[in-house]
Amino acid sequence: MIRYLSILGTFVRACLVRDMTFRANFLLECLTSLGWMSMNLAFYLLIFTFTPEIGRGTGWTREPFFAFVATGLIINSIVQALFMPSAEELTEMVRTGGLDAVLVKPLDAQFLLSLHRFDFSALANGIVGLVLLAWAVSRFDAPPPPVAWAVYPLLILCGVAILYALVIMLAAATILMGRNQSLYDFWFYLTNFSRYPAEIYAGPWGGPLRALCTFVIPILLVVNVPARVIAQPFSSEIWGPVAGMVGAALAALAVSRIVFQRSLARYRSASS
Amino acid sequence: MLAIAIEERLVYRGDFALGTLMRFLPIVTQVFLWTAVFSATSRGDIAGYSRNDIVAYYLLTMLSRAFSSMPGLAGGIARSIRDGSIKKFLVQPVDYVAFLLATRVAHKLVYYVVAAIPFAVVFFLCRGFFPPAPDAATVAAFLLSLVLSFLLGFFMEATLGMLGFWFMEVSSIVFGYMLVQYLLSGHMFPIDMLAGIPSGLPGTTLADVVTWLPFQFTAFFPAAVWLGKVQGGELVRLLVLEVAWVVVMVVACRVAWARGTRRYSGFGG
Repeated sequence: MIRYLSILGTFVRACLVRDMTFRANFLLECLTSLGWMSMNLAFYLLIFTFTPEIGRGTGWTREPFFAFVATGLIINSIVQALFMPSAEELTEMVRTGGLDAVLVKPLDAQFLLSLHRFDFSALANGIVGLVLLAWAVSRFDAPPPPVAWAVYPLLILCGVAILYALVIMLAAATILMGRNQSLYDFWFYLTNFSRYPAEIYAGPWGGPLRALCTFVIPILLVVNVPARVIAQPFSSEIWGPVAGMVGAALAALAVSRIVFQRSLARYRSASS
Repeated sequence: MLAIAIEERLVYRGDFALGTLMRFLPIVTQVFLWTAVFSATSRGDIAGYSRNDIVAYYLLTMLSRAFSSMPGLAGGIARSIRDGSIKKFLVQPVDYVAFLLATRVAHKLVYYVVAAIPFAVVFFLCRGFFPPAPDAATVAAFLLSLVLSFLLGFFMEATLGMLGFWFMEVSSIVFGYMLVQYLLSGHMFPIDMLAGIPSGLPGTTLADVVTWLPFQFTAFFPAAVWLGKVQGGELVRLLVLEVAWVVVMVVACRVAWARGTRRYSGFGG
């Protein structure tokens, strides 16, 4: 464990050095992600000029909704910063045969493959998310109770874990298929469903979709449960979803571990 | 050239059809979002759009984007300037811009042939959201606006790529363009929704300003024409404006090419 932590520390340092070597580029990448984000925020602001609430009686009025968006920003920026760069590189490694060199190293392959490269510029969005959260919460009629604040970081962690499991499984699919250029696209389309409150998925089509994205691929839990804890009136009813989310996170991690190991076992080197 | 493009596309047709279908997924979330918005507000329409109009609108912008979007065009031009492969067009009696345009037309044509099936499936499934089909004149204006949006998209991106003669790296400029384009083209929401927001200039709203810009023609305008949101004299006026923008961008592209090639110096190779 200590050995893994020190190796992780080395990776982090190496990536920081690399990022700071190309400082202008780093700043540009921060601006890039900030640009997309502010555009989305502008869109939400526009929506709230037409409606007081997203979905009748759902409680997602302007400030709670922005707390929801902030939660999504924080979780996604962590995943983007820590796991996405490595996962994207894995796709390339399978194609070029670079994966072989990783497999012979005396380290856990999943650790090495999913945590060797970071993109710190992605954290810019997370920082904005924190500011946005602070702003939104400060305008709530009733501030969240201490217990909500205590559970919130744990749920953020669970959200990150669920997304990490998804990334790993997508990456495992890469190993099996040998090529998956659209990993990032697929990721985008999948996480797209987690961007809005689950309540909007209603009606004859929305209901099944909501069930699918809650119980089969728990993508809807990722932002919804932590956001609900912090942005909606706190009641004891929340403990069900909270327990569900913790369970889903653990299950997702376990399943992704198995899928990843299986696909590695089926990997046949591409190089000669 | 057409033959090559057709071959290229057909090799991965399954992958491609699936990819095209996936592109509609974000619209699914948008539809649910707007449905939720409409359920919470007592009004039947927002900026003149009913919920069904909005669904139809997003689907139609997919169509206009299929005409106006030029993936990789600006970046490709800038790259060939940087790595010097543009040299061959300077010595060969082939006009570079015409060559690029011909390639794009070929690619787009093949794209439509292959993408027609997924598009047809989605539009058929969603036919309930569309208002009754407009009259022949509107359809003609719609088709014209699509062709114009293709030309406008092409020349805007090509001009952007030509900036590579002056800047080594245009990717950040292209990115800035994409941001503005995404926001102001109507890809995100109908431009009419900006009608209530003052622009800062006296007496004009944000919608007025955006209407004068070229971006709206690449997504919003064709969709608005089909849905009958612009009609009569306004329609004619905007079509003329679109033609004017195409001309401006053609000229800008030509000027950039002429100036740029004069600046350009190729070594070795």
